[in-house]
Amino acid sequence: MSSAAEPSPPSRRRRPQGALSRLVSDPLGLAGLALIVLTVGAALLADFAPFEPSKLSPANRFMAPSGLHWLGTDNLGRDLFSRVLHGARIALAISIGATALSLAVGLVLGIVAGFGPRWLDSLLLLVMDAMNSIPTVMLALLLITYTGPSLWAVVLVVVLVNGPGYARIARTHVLALRSAEFIEAERALGARFPRIVFFHILPNILGPLLILAAMDIPIVVGIEAGLSFLGMGVRPPTPSWGTILFDGFSYIRDSVWMVVAGGLPIVVTALGFTFLGEALRDTFDPKLAKR
Amino acid sequence: MLSYIARRVTLAIIVILTVIAAMFVMMHAVPGDAVRTALGPRASEAMVEAYRARLGLDQPVWVQILRYFGAILRGDLGQDAISGTPVLQVILSQLPDTLYLIAGAMLVAVIPGIHLGVVSATHRGSLFDRVTSVLSVSVMAVPSFVIAIYLLLIFSIRLGWFPAIGSGDGLADKLHRLVLPSIALGLAWIGYLARILRASMLEVMAENHVRTARAFGISQRRIMYDYVLRIAILPTITVLGMGIGQMISGAVFAEIVFGRPGVGKLVYDAIANRNYPIVTGTVLLTTGFFVLVSLLADLLIAFLDPRVRNVISR
Amino acid sequence: MTRSRDPVLSVEGLSLSYDTPNGELLALRDVNLTIGPGEIVGLVGESGSGKSSLMQAILQLMPAAARVTGGRILFEGRDLVQLGPHGMSGLLGDRISVVFQDPMTSLNPVLTIGRQMIDIQHRRPESRAAKRRRAVEMLRRVRIPDVESRIDRYPHEFSGGMRQRIAIAMALMAEPALLVADEPTTALDATLEIATIKLLRELQQEIGCAILFITHHLGVVAELCDRIDIMYAGELVESGPVMPVFRDPRHPYTQLLFACDPAQIREATRHLPAIGGGLPDLIDLPQGCIFAPRCPRADQTCRRLHPADRPAGRSELVRCHYPDAPRLEVAR
Repeated sequence: MSSAAEPSPPSRRRRPQGALSRLVSDPLGLAGLALIVLTVGAALLADFAPFEPSKLSPANRFMAPSGLHWLGTDNLGRDLFSRVLHGARIALAISIGATALSLAVGLVLGIVAGFGPRWLDSLLLLVMDAMNSIPTVMLALLLITYTGPSLWAVVLVVVLVNGPGYARIARTHVLALRSAEFIEAERALGARFPRIVFFHILPNILGPLLILAAMDIPIVVGIEAGLSFLGMGVRPPTPSWGTILFDGFSYIRDSVWMVVAGGLPIVVTALGFTFLGEALRDTFDPKLAKR
Repeated sequence: MLSYIARRVTLAIIVILTVIAAMFVMMHAVPGDAVRTALGPRASEAMVEAYRARLGLDQPVWVQILRYFGAILRGDLGQDAISGTPVLQVILSQLPDTLYLIAGAMLVAVIPGIHLGVVSATHRGSLFDRVTSVLSVSVMAVPSFVIAIYLLLIFSIRLGWFPAIGSGDGLADKLHRLVLPSIALGLAWIGYLARILRASMLEVMAENHVRTARAFGISQRRIMYDYVLRIAILPTITVLGMGIGQMISGAVFAEIVFGRPGVGKLVYDAIANRNYPIVTGTVLLTTGFFVLVSLLADLLIAFLDPRVRNVISR
Repeated sequence: MTRSRDPVLSVEGLSLSYDTPNGELLALRDVNLTIGPGEIVGLVGESGSGKSSLMQAILQLMPAAARVTGGRILFEGRDLVQLGPHGMSGLLGDRISVVFQDPMTSLNPVLTIGRQMIDIQHRRPESRAAKRRRAVEMLRRVRIPDVESRIDRYPHEFSGGMRQRIAIAMALMAEPALLVADEPTTALDATLEIATIKLLRELQQEIGCAILFITHHLGVVAELCDRIDIMYAGELVESGPVMPVFRDPRHPYTQLLFACDPAQIREATRHLPAIGGGLPDLIDLPQGCIFAPRCPRADQTCRRLHPADRPAGRSELVRCHYPDAPRLEVAR
């Protein structure tokens, strides 16, 4: 169809300037930010928790929420509110740390695959395909059978599960950029490989990857809580939302507040990062919406 | 068509072989001694050595690799460390319950997911569309085991509508007990399907042939559910195929929370009992299941899309 | 040419705008166009002249951002603007049919030709078998070889020329009063283009429908059409019987358009002539005549006052202040 009378390329809708204000103008982004502030606030305030999170108090077992114990106490008499605050610290540390590590591993693998020889590229793709073919929980269980349950095992699982995804995206971008004119020009001028990677490749691929990573954080929170729930993640007495939830599940018939204390923070954090990720993507990179 | 099938099957086999190799590498590369972990800290040195010899771990690495591949290809996944029954037999006896659960979850996911996707795309930008979109990402974000526990708490323990534990006897009872776990496992997929189907529908709706259908006065309903959906559903099938495979993960939690027998419960108990052959066997078999279902999904698309069917039959 | 009978379609003073982020884009302004029964009207204009917008308005298949701001589109006594997209679906594929431009994409790729031709007969209370027989017969009329075995094939199994004949068959199956053809031959090569036009002409004579033929190919208009309507930047600037208008165009834009058509240039020249300047901004319209900024003859009147439609020469409608001025020549 030929018609310039069609609406001409729509110019960007005028939005308030500045990244934060743009994000906040999106109700979903605002909600996400609020939920994340709640989680991060909990993690920061953990030192001021009213009780020692791991202190047993047999006299106070199974106490319903009250003015003293805001979320009640668990089967060992520990204050659930304090445990939830400390659990936030664990959940955020693991999810952000493990995501950063997966991102780093993915970037390196992706750049190697994109720049490397054909056979290495194919091999890496095949191995990543294979890794992604193992159902996540099965992969985790297999690894933990060997390593034994620990915080580091959880991080390793996250890297194995999420790393290949980032590597794929990095690889695609590298392949596209490799033949781009400005990079050809750099090469012709004798630029070294590290220079090209640091000054041209990284700035181009970091943005979309960071948004994807933000959107993956709920998955990581889920992996940590899930493995801890199965008794294969963070070891007691370290408080994790997953272990709190499992303890609650064991006594679900009698003390409902325990599963509320364990599950609700997981829901809040997962929704917070998801909403924020959606808003970030819509604001900065609408093209990603088709992923 | 045949050459396409051959190529796709070959790829699946290569992936499976790589998974087996990767598992072998993992077993040897990961820090920690599997045998000691398996036998526990109280095992004597002699017990460890005997166990090593039984698993063939005292042999050179290349012998181990060949043996490993050979055994797996013969369908020999080893013996249950406790009962001595072949692992394959143990897993296959647990598989049906897990498959029922996955089928139930698919049923929960597919019908509402498709309708929500179609209606959202038809009324793009409407309140319905925006609410569906937020709900979709919400159910996708919350881990299925949290949903499972809250479903159990509300509908089973508080309201007493569903029994809490077991897979039941007789068809009616089995179905009754399948409801909550299926919802727990399928809920996220309602959102996922709605979301990808909406995007895919919008893409197809912009194609010229949809305008042609409108120009012949064909009803909106017919256009959306027949002309557009028929094309838009194709990419969804790939995702669904991978989803069925990944549901094994969620099934582990659903089976534990709802006290159902199944592959997930099997592997969970096996880890608790250090029944190490069962763990590796289950991982291999579920991976095989995942690869098989993805393969079937791709073949199904090739069969359903006349354009692909035609191209690959040449 | 005198027009005794009532027109099939008459567009009266139609104006249409698009809401864009930058403001209201005035895509059509006071457009007047009539099509008599059995008449073939060629609608000509360059890209952006508004011919597609006019087509979409007639079919009521407009984008969401489009809004009719004035005028009527009368078809068999009914105003299609009032009827709206919903009421229009009762006429589409029945009294009014369309053939779209790109035969490669205008048929549903995952449904067989037969299925699509049966579906479009959804208003007929006949059996599926009867509909199928009609479809077979119609495909024969557009000379699809081997119809019985091909009707259950998918669109991609046909060549571009055959697909466009199938599209024509679909459009004419209901024997409509008006066929809108949107550049139906642009995507085809020259030989196929001639064959398709011949076929269209034959079928038109058998069925007796009127055709609104949208194109930018003047040769096709000369070959096929009874009348020609020329659009420029959202306005219909000249309208009249084909041959007289070709011989003696009265609007300066038409004169320059014809002079620039490669088919009209007789001497061998390395440089194709072009009209200087570009299309005006349809969001912020210039005062006066829409063509004034590019018209070699424009004076103060042209730049200040918008011209009215008036007859001149053999043309029935010319939107120009000086339609009787001598013909413009193009500087080579």
